[in-house]
Amino acid sequence: MHDLGEVKVPFGPQHPALKEPESFLITLHGEKITALNIKLGYNHRGIEKACEERTYIQDLYLIERVCGICSHAHSTCFVQAVEEIAGIEIPPRARYIRTLIGELERIHSHLLWLGVAGHEIGFDTLLMYTWRDRELVMDIFAGVTGNRVNYGINTFGGVRRDVSAEQSKEILKVIGTLQERTRYYLELTQQEVTLAKRLSGVGVLSAEDALKLGAVGPTARASGVKRDVRYDDPYAAYAEIDFEVITDEHCDVYGRTLVRIKELLESYKIIRQLLEKIPQGALSVNVPRKIPSGEAFSRYEAPRGEDVHYVKSNGTEKPDRVKIRAPTLANIQTVSKMLEDRYLADMPIVIAAIDPCFSCTDRLISIQRPLHKRKKIIPWESLRQEGIRWYKKRGIDFSGLNRKLKDSL
Amino acid sequence: MKKAGKITRQLLRSLLKKPATLNYPSERSGMPQGFRGKIKFFPEHCIGCKMCMRDCPSGAINIKQVGEKQFEAEIDLGKCIYCGQCVDSCLKKALEYTPEFELAQLERGKLKVVFNAKTINPDKK
Amino acid sequence: MLKSLFNILVFPGLFFLFVFGLAADFIDRKFCARLQNRRGPPWFQPLADFLKLLGKEDIIPEEADTAVFKLMPIVALASCVAAFLLIPLWSLKPRVYFQGDVIVVLYLLTVPTLTYFLGGWYSRSIYSMIGAVRSLTQLFAYEVPLFMSILACALLADTWSLEGMAVFYSRHPGYWMFNLLGFAIAVISLLGKLEKVPFDIPEAETEIVAGSFTEYSGRLLAFFRLSLNIEMVVGGSLLAAVFMPFGLKLPQPIGFVLYLAKVILLIGVISLLRSVFARLRLDQMINFCWKYLAPLAFLQVLINLILKGVLAR
Repeated sequence: MHDLGEVKVPFGPQHPALKEPESFLITLHGEKITALNIKLGYNHRGIEKACEERTYIQDLYLIERVCGICSHAHSTCFVQAVEEIAGIEIPPRARYIRTLIGELERIHSHLLWLGVAGHEIGFDTLLMYTWRDRELVMDIFAGVTGNRVNYGINTFGGVRRDVSAEQSKEILKVIGTLQERTRYYLELTQQEVTLAKRLSGVGVLSAEDALKLGAVGPTARASGVKRDVRYDDPYAAYAEIDFEVITDEHCDVYGRTLVRIKELLESYKIIRQLLEKIPQGALSVNVPRKIPSGEAFSRYEAPRGEDVHYVKSNGTEKPDRVKIRAPTLANIQTVSKMLEDRYLADMPIVIAAIDPCFSCTDRLISIQRPLHKRKKIIPWESLRQEGIRWYKKRGIDFSGLNRKLKDSL
Repeated sequence: MKKAGKITRQLLRSLLKKPATLNYPSERSGMPQGFRGKIKFFPEHCIGCKMCMRDCPSGAINIKQVGEKQFEAEIDLGKCIYCGQCVDSCLKKALEYTPEFELAQLERGKLKVVFNAKTINPDKK
Repeated sequence: MLKSLFNILVFPGLFFLFVFGLAADFIDRKFCARLQNRRGPPWFQPLADFLKLLGKEDIIPEEADTAVFKLMPIVALASCVAAFLLIPLWSLKPRVYFQGDVIVVLYLLTVPTLTYFLGGWYSRSIYSMIGAVRSLTQLFAYEVPLFMSILACALLADTWSLEGMAVFYSRHPGYWMFNLLGFAIAVISLLGKLEKVPFDIPEAETEIVAGSFTEYSGRLLAFFRLSLNIEMVVGGSLLAAVFMPFGLKLPQPIGFVLYLAKVILLIGVISLLRSVFARLRLDQMINFCWKYLAPLAFLQVLINLILKGVLAR
């Protein structure tokens, strides 16, 4: 057809297809992708280190801001870990409210994903329609929790706010409208010809590859792997709710779309059960400021997959170590496998199909090369001095910067 | 069964419906009650325990003693993350949420809001 | 002489096309927005965009070929305006007519696509080069059905000039109904020429930033976008003249209003198709065009040939 030879196209860190910066260096041969090089770390903000210098109460709000879309997931996971260390049992009404907000968050995240996927394949109408529906959920959040993102509804020992009877009625009404709209989107996805052409056969990931590369969430469930933390290891109120884990056998982006839309329908079912069964009672119990020493590991099914938090405490007000492993970090390895021998035009939709949230992903990972068995732990102060020396060698001087910033403030 | 242009009916129906977007800023939809916007301070209730300062994740609130049992608060709207932890930590309910969220300013200095001990109205520095 | 200058520069030349092009852009965006349940831009938005771009700095990449880079927008604009003068709009006679001007108009409308290719290729940026190559590849897919359907109409009228076709169809009202299949094919091919969804592959924002236009900024981008809008008007006018040739004998200004209505209807159809479909991949688009559009266009030619024989009797 045409021959451009071998060309290296940088896809990121800044690119209209990516909502957050990440670098994918593609080697193209005409329109086919022959090699892919992924570089992470553009969104690293040092949150895990910052957590060690703040008290648990302050950390609660910091951890929430790891990600804007799955903020409740991170917040609840952290709170569950700390409550496990402190040995606290939270009242049942608080568990139900946490689950309610979690499911509402899943709804808004999946609707957002549908819109983004539509935009990546040039179907802007789907973007406008799904984001219009998402506004209904955001308005509920503003009324119930006080904010449209970063809800701040968790506190140690329970929740901060209650859901009144009127708000429950409002939620049920919105769920009814959304259920109708979601059924329409399901029909649309199954019947619209151009959508099927763009989504089918793209980003194929077989079940063995999904297990081998460690995929989680809808990415794995669309390849037939039945993994869902809400089902395997129930937390909050999930043990008392009746729901199904949605899997699909298509193994491609089309399957992932179907899994997410059907999960939306499941979430509506779960919310109806929650609002029916929610028990009356206290909203929180008192938790001391100093958490006794211990460590805990907690998991949560975020909209993107399994979110894992590890907290180690040493008896003071500030945690000793906080570690977060976001679901996108597990899913990003599947991208290179999925894009082998595919076209450039498939690139945005394949990346969008794992529902990337690079703000969650860029944390600290330690990679151990099999030949170098030595590990070195560098203390904080000497790391800082090393950084200053590195920049001075290249002619950039940071001394006096803090004073300049303070003056301008 | 695959059809082409399935969404056409919805599109044509949307032509007859009112648009879902507002013509901001001439039309505004406010936020509901309970929205965590700007924080308001009531100096007459404050006892100067500074629990709010201790729990604030970003150090946005500063309580100063200006007289015998009189305290004034300075809130930096640029640093505040509108989490409302200060409202929960306050033992005497001296802090409150308001639904005001259009707080942008052109100069950094105008973002510091001082609630004087004498009057309840805030004074912008 | 003065009349010719007036025709070229003001009406129906450059100035009229400028205003109509911006109005067509507004109608397209507003209609799309209303279909998607949102408000859409105010009426002066395309003009404001044009003026804003005129005020920005032209940044030309170092490796780009400056002469070709700067020339392409002007060539695109010029060929669209030149094509407009050859089309019968609201009366039987266009400003300029001669035998064979159907071919000339179609050729002049292909020139903008070539300028997108050359402008993108000589920008020497990787995104522009991919976009440029895609643009040319797409050209091979939609040109044949478009040409075939328009030539089918010319065949029925037994003439190679647009004025001759206009005269023929006015003399036999109702004959344009035979060309309805060609009309449908031509509208779809026009989507490809104008690079609108589902065929906006050369300018796929989420894959190659902006395709051939990636490195363009300032005044050059303003003229490129203006030429895109004017191409929409000219393409619409061509389809209206060939496939909807009724009411050409009506007195002015009713004829003018009818012409405006026809073009606005075509723009409405283009906007509707834009909102309904997702973007196709390049190989899928070429498959679709050669498997379905081209054979149907040949069918239309065949039908017209048979009809010509039948109706001559």
